[in-house]
Amino acid sequence: MGFSETKGAGGVTVVQVDGQLIIGNRHELKDLVQAALDRGERRLLVDFSRTGYIDSSGLGALVSLSKRIREAGGELRLSGLNDDLRSLFELTKLDTLFAITETPEQALASF
Amino acid sequence: MTSPLRLCVRRTSASAAGGAATLVTLRLPSDVNCIEEAVELVTRHCLAGHAATATTRFRLRVVLSEALSNAILRGNCEDCNKWVEVRAELGPEAITLYVTDEGPGFDPSAVPEPIQPEQLDEARGRGLFLIRKLVDAVQFNQQGNSICMILRRS
Repeated sequence: MGFSETKGAGGVTVVQVDGQLIIGNRHELKDLVQAALDRGERRLLVDFSRTGYIDSSGLGALVSLSKRIREAGGELRLSGLNDDLRSLFELTKLDTLFAITETPEQALASF
Repeated sequence: MTSPLRLCVRRTSASAAGGAATLVTLRLPSDVNCIEEAVELVTRHCLAGHAATATTRFRLRVVLSEALSNAILRGNCEDCNKWVEVRAELGPEAITLYVTDEGPGFDPSAVPEPIQPEQLDEARGRGLFLIRKLVDAVQFNQQGNSICMILRRS
């Protein structure tokens, strides 16, 4: 369980969330993305294909990261949400704030 | 390492909704690192012996986790001398969950809706909203330090 970072097509930084994005590990994701921004990365994808659960603190962390990336002139995409996770984004209307695709491949192609 | 969580399970003759019920109580310290284990434990007991859809399991996990986060962070302000109590009444038709902290309580009607355009960019304030959307009924005690959530099994 945790986060792994790889380089996707076109040099996009891809962060995979394994297991959960919750109050207990949200800072780890924030630190990882901040480190990527500090290195000059500006195109980031967070993929949830292997994620079972996101709590409201995890959603909040994504909102903060989105703002931070936008302010740095970058772009953030999300992918791989299962139906239950997608429902959390829809209920909170965060699906209107984020660019979300079904698969990481679709997200990478959209940058 | 010994878990700081204190779990008690007993059978009762009747639930609030009528019929036999199981009563599960869990006490946990005001430490966000305990939330995951507490959610796993309570969810397992809530669904034991019942056919539950993946969505019911998901909803249960979400609302428990959010109520515990609120109790630990906002209610008890992560004070290690304060505890949070979960009480789950497990009836044949519904699960009734109470999450109570030792804080002064709050006014749930004063919490802004996080889906308003001016709130969307806020990092906080979605927990109670999600709870209200995902359970069948929500109530608070008068003090505002105890939430009651009812989730039907079907």
